[in-house]
Amino acid sequence: MISSNTSASCSKKNTKHFGNDRGYPYLLIAPSLLLIALLMFIPLLSVLKLSLQNYSMTSLYGRGFIGLKNFQDILGSDSVFWHSIPVTIQWVVIEVVCQLVFGMIVALLLNRTFKGRGLARAMMFIPWAVSGVLTTMLWLLIFNQHIGLLNDLLHKLGIIKTNVAWLANPKMVFGSVILAELWRGIPFFAITLLAALQTIPLEIYESAKVDGCGPVRQFFWITLPFLKEAIVFSTLMRAIWEFNNIDMIFTMTGGGPVYLTTTLPIYMMQTAIIEGNYGYGSALAVFIFVILMIFTVFYLAMNKFGRNIDE
Amino acid sequence: MNRLRKFVTSACLFYLPLIIMLAFILIPFLWTLSTSLKNEKDVLSPILQYIPHPATFQNYIEVWKVSHFSVYFINSLFVSSISVIAIILLSVLNGYALTRFNFRGKRIFMIILLCTQLLPAVIFLIPLFLSFKVVGLIDTPFSLIIFYIAMQVPFNTLLMKGFIGNIPKQIDEAGMVDGATRTQIIFKIILPLVLPGLVATAAFAFVGCWNEFIAAFTFITSSKFFTIPVGLKFMIGEYDVQYASLAAGSIIGLVPAVLLFAYVQKYLIQGLGSGSVKG
Repeated sequence: MISSNTSASCSKKNTKHFGNDRGYPYLLIAPSLLLIALLMFIPLLSVLKLSLQNYSMTSLYGRGFIGLKNFQDILGSDSVFWHSIPVTIQWVVIEVVCQLVFGMIVALLLNRTFKGRGLARAMMFIPWAVSGVLTTMLWLLIFNQHIGLLNDLLHKLGIIKTNVAWLANPKMVFGSVILAELWRGIPFFAITLLAALQTIPLEIYESAKVDGCGPVRQFFWITLPFLKEAIVFSTLMRAIWEFNNIDMIFTMTGGGPVYLTTTLPIYMMQTAIIEGNYGYGSALAVFIFVILMIFTVFYLAMNKFGRNIDE
Repeated sequence: MNRLRKFVTSACLFYLPLIIMLAFILIPFLWTLSTSLKNEKDVLSPILQYIPHPATFQNYIEVWKVSHFSVYFINSLFVSSISVIAIILLSVLNGYALTRFNFRGKRIFMIILLCTQLLPAVIFLIPLFLSFKVVGLIDTPFSLIIFYIAMQVPFNTLLMKGFIGNIPKQIDEAGMVDGATRTQIIFKIILPLVLPGLVATAAFAFVGCWNEFIAAFTFITSSKFFTIPVGLKFMIGEYDVQYASLAAGSIIGLVPAVLLFAYVQKYLIQGLGSGSVKG
């Protein structure tokens, strides 16, 4: 009954019909499923198991199952963890909001027709191809206290008198890291929003002009509503992406000075990979996982809610 | 008078912001390029040179030979190329399955693919490090290759699904009438037709592997297997940082990624616009 292959001889009709070779799609996706299972699903379960263990590279003593102790320690007495939460929230919110605003400005600028637009677009999008580590390298040469471009420019403009240690000064470090990541993040929003801008029919603007709508009102009444879906999609993707961002912060500051740039994933990276504390690090990974799930569900639910109100 | 006002407003509202944004984006590149062409002692001089004088390629030669960037470059190239071939192959198979068949669990498969996009690589690293150690994959390029394939297949599947979905099913039917098997249809008919999309996807996946840092930093411990990002990271970890060499190494790491991206940019804009990425 089930095997359609055996009845292939009498089913000339079936060969025209799609989906008759039932096993075939499973054959196609099997290798990918296997990989995802082995390298993502099973590790995720292992993280859960490890989070209940005392397992550190540095001490052989007392290894093994300790129940929820790691979680109790994290929530109860881990000041670095509690410090990392507001840092993470600030990091994600400031990055996403600034990237959205500047990305929108860039998209609007690049959507106008002018000479050299193609070149301007190509140049504006380059940072998207740049890795976190390379972003660090480029900006280290700008932030450097002695040989950096930023201090030199500010000197010449008369804004500062003594050189600032952008990445060592506790007052400056967070803003500096924010700026470097902003540089890398603007193109993503610019590209997504520009693609969406191009789908807006021009006639709407024409008729709005006839009705006496100025450019500001056009933006808020026509452009923004049209871009809503693109904005929702890209802020969601970007918020998750910035939350997960490790390589840039890790290479630029290592989370310091005094944990000022230690986000939760950076703390996890330090604990697990640098210090080799696998059990405790896994418990932190569980927190990361839970936060991501809550955020996604909340965001999607809110978005659906908003759409219902519209209708 | 009116024309002058119009000119001033367009300069203030359009050209000025455009130039500021472009400067913000381009200056880090130009500064790194400039630094990479200076002598190390000129980099450290208290009066900053904006244009290298005298300009020299010595840093590139130094970083390529002395700092072993030739090795890192080949490692990055090897790991990224092998990964991309496998990623593309699997993405085409998945994309074909998702666009041509209605099968039980298709929705779940899509949801799994989308969910993997939310999770950061770092949470998989502890268990993978431990199990790779057991099977002897730690400190080999293959640990990276297998990890990159798993991490990249989901997103690239969604891209390929969009491209394959644009090919009408009648083409498959025509192939079947001529007696081709499904596998022949995928490799002899579909593959040539999606070639532009496939190249774009491959370039995108390549840049992803080329730029990856955390896994490479975790799984690889001997410098003979370092990829470029890891090599750069250890350059700034040194006590006495050679800034000109660092800049030269950064440019070497940048060029392949930037060139590939410039090439695939328009496909990505199309893809994002048409919603194929959203699934």
